Amino acid sequence: MAQFTLSINGKQYQPDVAEDTPLLWVLRDHLGLVGTKYGCGIAQCGACTVHMNGSAVRSCLLPVSAIGEGKITTIEGLSENGDHPLQLAWDEVDVPQCGYCQAGQIMTAAALLKKNPKPSMEQIDTAMHGNLCRCCAYHRIREAVKLASTKI
Amino acid sequence: MSTATKTSRREFFKLGSLTGMGLILGFDWFSAEAKTPVVIQGAAQAAASGFNSYLSIASDGVVTILSPNPELGQNIMTSFPMIVAEELDADWTKVKVVQASLDTKNFDRQVTGGSGAVPHSWKRLRTAGAAARWMLIQAAAKKWNLPAEECTAENGFVIHAKSGNKLGYGELAEAAAAIPVPTDIKFKDRKDFKLIGKAVRNVANKDIVRGKGLFGLDFYREGMLFAVIQRPEAFGTKVKSVDAAAAKAMPGIVDVVTFKNNVAVVGKSTWEVMKARKAVKIEYEKDGNTESTADHNKIFLSLLDGNTATVRRKEGDVETAFKNAAKVIRSEYQCPFLSHSPMEPMNFFAHVRPDGVELIGPTQTPGTARQATAKLLNIPEDKITVEITRLGGGFGRRLKADYAVEAAELSSIIKAPVKLIWSREDDMTGGSYRPAVRYRFEAALDKQGNMIGYKLRGAGINSGNPTREDNFPSGSVENLLIDSAEHNSPITTGAWRAPITNFLAFAEQSFMDEVAFAAGKDPIQFRLELLEKAKTAPVGPVRYDVDRMIGVTKLVAEKAGWKKKPGVSQGFSVYFSHRSYVAQICELAMTAGKPVVKKIHAAVDCGEVVNLSGARQQVMGGITDGMGHAMFGKLSFKDGVPEQKNFNSYRLIRMKEIPQIETHFVDNGIEPTGLGEPALPPTGGAIGNAFFAATGRRLKTQPFVDDEAYKAPAVKKQQPASTLKKERKP
Repeated sequence: MAQFTLSINGKQYQPDVAEDTPLLWVLRDHLGLVGTKYGCGIAQCGACTVHMNGSAVRSCLLPVSAIGEGKITTIEGLSENGDHPLQLAWDEVDVPQCGYCQAGQIMTAAALLKKNPKPSMEQIDTAMHGNLCRCCAYHRIREAVKLASTKI
Repeated sequence: MSTATKTSRREFFKLGSLTGMGLILGFDWFSAEAKTPVVIQGAAQAAASGFNSYLSIASDGVVTILSPNPELGQNIMTSFPMIVAEELDADWTKVKVVQASLDTKNFDRQVTGGSGAVPHSWKRLRTAGAAARWMLIQAAAKKWNLPAEECTAENGFVIHAKSGNKLGYGELAEAAAAIPVPTDIKFKDRKDFKLIGKAVRNVANKDIVRGKGLFGLDFYREGMLFAVIQRPEAFGTKVKSVDAAAAKAMPGIVDVVTFKNNVAVVGKSTWEVMKARKAVKIEYEKDGNTESTADHNKIFLSLLDGNTATVRRKEGDVETAFKNAAKVIRSEYQCPFLSHSPMEPMNFFAHVRPDGVELIGPTQTPGTARQATAKLLNIPEDKITVEITRLGGGFGRRLKADYAVEAAELSSIIKAPVKLIWSREDDMTGGSYRPAVRYRFEAALDKQGNMIGYKLRGAGINSGNPTREDNFPSGSVENLLIDSAEHNSPITTGAWRAPITNFLAFAEQSFMDEVAFAAGKDPIQFRLELLEKAKTAPVGPVRYDVDRMIGVTKLVAEKAGWKKKPGVSQGFSVYFSHRSYVAQICELAMTAGKPVVKKIHAAVDCGEVVNLSGARQQVMGGITDGMGHAMFGKLSFKDGVPEQKNFNSYRLIRMKEIPQIETHFVDNGIEPTGLGEPALPPTGGAIGNAFFAATGRRLKTQPFVDDEAYKAPAVKKQQPASTLKKERKP
């Protein structure tokens, strides 16, 4: 076991885990941050999406040893009071069905809007294409991203 | 608005006494018709009363309702309380929803499946709300010493307009509890609905978008262990030997135990058990057939040609009808196995203690989990509690309790609390699939193009009955034979969203199109003629509502502009699924030689729409789900081993592939007939028929992307029906 100092949602953590442990399981099993979900473990579904230095990354394949000084943001840290424009839009458009994939969807969309605050529909589709929603709430995901982009 | 998914019933009562419950109503879930509620004076009495679900109004005006059915995205935690709040005239912002634990003494049908929750509970929920409203009005009238008939209720208040008197439900709740419960409760007229039929947001949205731990996999408890199980890779094999020495020596590993054909790796964290599992060496031996998809293809043909079929429905004299036919159309359709693949893989927490068992997790059938655990461990059911978490999807997979029982068995062996986690690969390769099926359809037409004979044989692999013998066109054809033959395989199968009809609808509605074209008739007109026959001169029992089927057919034709859009390739499909009716028209375009589904119009008759927002989601999601699996879904086998193990090879529909969807609900005021599944079955047929309209080629196998007709490069323009008729002389 090695010691790592992780910066997550503005706080410092020192989880006692093996260096190949994916960030996903550090968040869930060791830090109690369960908003980031396990979906496939091979970066195919996007349920585990978090931000590292503002970019969307798949935490299921990101070994804790590779994070270094990287600043991690999870769904729990996206906003102070759950009032990020995307979180508000997700409620307004009434996106969630089962809701399991939605944290990953929101984190992917948040990284998109950070880089490109006024994306076209095509750019939204391209950015969101990597996130699976088995309930197929895709229409409203797209709509909510667009709505949020008008409020940023 | 807030939800609490982990509040057990005991906690609920505690909560009740803390906030000062005024009125608590119990109502009977067990009778077929809604019975009069009873007032329950306090928690202790409530527990003993034999009555069941509770609507309670606290002195602060908060209305709490227990939601007994598991929530997996069908939005039951929103629609159930909406129905109560409607009749109660409650202030929706003060309604609180609590997920109930399994409680078979007080609830019935704590099941999510068969699109049945709202149809089952519609009257019960209305009765509860209406009775409480009436009692609150009586209590206010008594207080004011005014006639109750002059009082009304609105948005959480009882109002006496003439005097200007107004009291909140919270202020009246205690007094209302002393009012005798009405025996004859009048429901609201639907024209006065304020909530039902409106778009109301999911009550869990705020928790979901903040990443609150609502799901089974999010359950953690101090001191619990984690486990993954290695199951045989191939169906039809069993464990011969296990060498777990290396795995046991790995960090964080507590034990490796083998039970049945399961090798469970138990440890202190998810990653550690996942890693150690790779170090376990297991030898397997044959325990049955290890089948491949190529074997199944041969088995299908032998079942279809054989004489082992069970007759499901027979009308008239099919042989003579086919002998006398002017034209015979014959066609076969086939689908592969499918995995359910909910985004949250199977998992369950179990703690088997000497004095009882605790089960916590995502299940569509908590009662089954308890029964099976009781039987396996020989523990009385009343010593087993099941707490229902939110489900990260289900699609029928969580109707089976295998994964909950595995967790209980493992906990009983290791004598510790344990959360069992299925990896995605476990989830996809672990069985309980949508069965693979092949259908053979035959139709006999007379000289006028009337369908005088119809035959359907279904061949399934562990499919039960792969036909739905009483569905359309049964009832509309004089001479009809529907039968099915079955192959028993070690590959396990189960209910998959809209069981059987998820593929049968595609096959049947594509074949109906083939027959219509052979008869030289417009596909919609052809079906309408058959439906008219089922209505005016039914052949045998008709177990679908012909008028509702005609209704959605005409509605979608009108809304989509059937055959009124030159240059647009349209395909029609209509299906009766569970209790509701859905018709769809697909618009498809060939772009650079490839078919692109542009738009799907849907007309839906599910009776009264409870929550317009949730209902639209079920339709849009169901159609997109139906399209995705028709286009891409395939689980194939090589020597008993599933060839797709994760989302890199098992393709699900994604954002760029979704069509536009336009939904129209029939507004007929019929009691709700369910919507979790009905939008899915017609989609494949609408797409296949639109593809035919665009190319002149028929899609007959799913997934479409593997179908030769889909892959063929040439684009042929659709021929007019009249030409086709001439070409296809008998």
